[in-house]
Amino acid sequence: MKTMYFTEAVDDALAQAMNVDTRIILFGEDVPMLRRNLLVRFGPKRVRGTPISESAFLGAGVAAAMAGLRPVVELYMVDFLGVAMDALLNHAAKLEAFSGGKWTAPVVVRAPCGGGYGDGGQHEQSLWGWLAHIPGLAVIVPSTPADAGGLMFAALQHNGPVIFLEHKLLSESWLEFLGSGGRHTVHYEVPAEGARGPVPHKWEPLPIGKAVLRREGNDVTLVSVGIGVHRALEAAEFLEKDGVTASVLDLRTVSPLDKEALCEATARTGRLLVVDEDYENFGLSGEVAAVVLEAGIPVKYARVCTRTTIPYARGREDQILPNVERIRNAATVLLHYRRRAN
Amino acid sequence: MDLWSLYSLMKKSRQFEEAVTRLWEDGLISGEMHLGTGEEAIIAAVVSQLRPDDAMAVDHRGSAAFLMRGVDPVLLLREMLGQDEGLCGGRGGHMHLFSKEHLAASSGIVGAGGPTAIGFALAAQYLRPGAIAVAFFGEGAMNQGMLMESINLAALWNLPVLFVCKDDGWAITTKPGASTRGDMGERVRGLGADYIDVDGLDVEQVWRAAQHAIERARAGTGPTLLRARCVHLEGHFLGLVLLRMARNPLRELPGIAGALIRSFLRPGGGSLRERLAGVRLILSAILATLRDPRRYSTNDPVVRVQTALMSDPGRLKELDYRIEAEISFALAAALQEVIA
Repeated sequence: MKTMYFTEAVDDALAQAMNVDTRIILFGEDVPMLRRNLLVRFGPKRVRGTPISESAFLGAGVAAAMAGLRPVVELYMVDFLGVAMDALLNHAAKLEAFSGGKWTAPVVVRAPCGGGYGDGGQHEQSLWGWLAHIPGLAVIVPSTPADAGGLMFAALQHNGPVIFLEHKLLSESWLEFLGSGGRHTVHYEVPAEGARGPVPHKWEPLPIGKAVLRREGNDVTLVSVGIGVHRALEAAEFLEKDGVTASVLDLRTVSPLDKEALCEATARTGRLLVVDEDYENFGLSGEVAAVVLEAGIPVKYARVCTRTTIPYARGREDQILPNVERIRNAATVLLHYRRRAN
Repeated sequence: MDLWSLYSLMKKSRQFEEAVTRLWEDGLISGEMHLGTGEEAIIAAVVSQLRPDDAMAVDHRGSAAFLMRGVDPVLLLREMLGQDEGLCGGRGGHMHLFSKEHLAASSGIVGAGGPTAIGFALAAQYLRPGAIAVAFFGEGAMNQGMLMESINLAALWNLPVLFVCKDDGWAITTKPGASTRGDMGERVRGLGADYIDVDGLDVEQVWRAAQHAIERARAGTGPTLLRARCVHLEGHFLGLVLLRMARNPLRELPGIAGALIRSFLRPGGGSLRERLAGVRLILSAILATLRDPRRYSTNDPVVRVQTALMSDPGRLKELDYRIEAEISFALAAALQEVIA
């Protein structure tokens, strides 16, 4: 079976799409160096560097998409979107509604996200809840190389703006670039199945907005995206030793949210534990609860998220990000709660 | 201007950052590490002229400015080691250093020092007349809208600001020719600020230019952008792949070249001409790194001042020894927790 690293898979899917669709161009800061393998195949007209001018080049990506191109705009980190948010918030996301459904901006915004390697609170945020809050943006957070490639392939065919987030602990190249920097003296908690895995010989688009059940269990349903899926799977292994079987649902996209799969997986166990590396308040974890409640599913609910600004100190950081121990403990409390209620 | 005290600040910063490099190499610092080695003359020349009530907005490369402003090196080292006793309780790290008592704030967002500095300057106009604010940033930030907007606003409101552009000619792996058009001086003057272009490796030259700009700001006659050209001895950050390739091609190149060649030869994609243009871009970045002036000691501002001070080798030796001892003690103090 063919295997690939996470970002290798994204770039491979991009290359397959670029080969067929000449409207696809890539640009962003240092992109000629970061995407050098694509540069030497497709040339500098399609793989371009930019100045450090996020509001200009992201806005340009949105408008170029309106005018017929399919730009993939790459940001150094999702955190840096703050500088250029207007292009997404007030333009890309609004166009379809403002034009009465007659015009869309099929731009893909690609950015690394997430923490766990010691870069501090301005460089390690997730922010997918913040982005998914805005109607009109699709937000993709893949957890495996196969999903990453398949969803990038789908994003390039999507008829509207897509945010595509790669967790830095899953991305072999980002972690090397920003974390280890050629050192062998640092260690990061990288989930092996997320960092490298089987991929199809030819990329096919995966449906945007479709969750996948990674593990079946009867006692509790763990719901997550991105690296959190792997943390949840690992916690499920421990829970099994405690005599508890857990389902793990990988949402794969934050927006649109696969409400059907979410409700089905939750109804089966009656206990819902959301694992979300993004901020706890007003985010994905609350949205997931709302969806289940709106559907009238009786459920015991808990969440393991990031509550504060991510601290720089590695030890503290590992504690505040959703880790296996926190997930296991939260699941155990959730199970006891049910027993007591009975 | 006292060359000895300027040298003392520069040498201390260099010694400090060499210690930081070892901590990073040993894995005691986990993520990115941006050093100010090579820009010490610029920072020393400006910071040494600040008064206690002046403010600083620094970038992701701010350790030197904090150290020279008088922040305890032990607190800085502890911050980088992520200790509770660090300057910011281990919560910020080297890109997010803050010292309220020094009115000094950092940001890892390129260009963010612009708005911060003009806000500090605005507060100074009301609360601390005669005080100024300084912003430190690289030339890459000159393409960030918020910095351009800040220069205009500073000129419009006559804010007491000194914008210091530490121009090393690289934005991580991008050269200015690939990112910028027009002339920086014309751009700055067009926004209504004064502009001075100096050799950032020459501490005396930077000091005189900064003195002029700071006096102007204190007198309420408007902002200046001081552009000081320098060389970052360790590139954008420690472990930068371009520098690793240049320094250790046999170890670094095979992995990178293999993937490049496979991709170059893949059927489908650009014409041979386009592909070769892509290869040329990558080669030119590697060649630019190889040709980088950082390998000549004349481009090391600390060595330059050292050479000038060789007229009194005894004093220089004693000073060097004192600084080395101070940083060694600071390092030992900071590492106590790690060793224990």
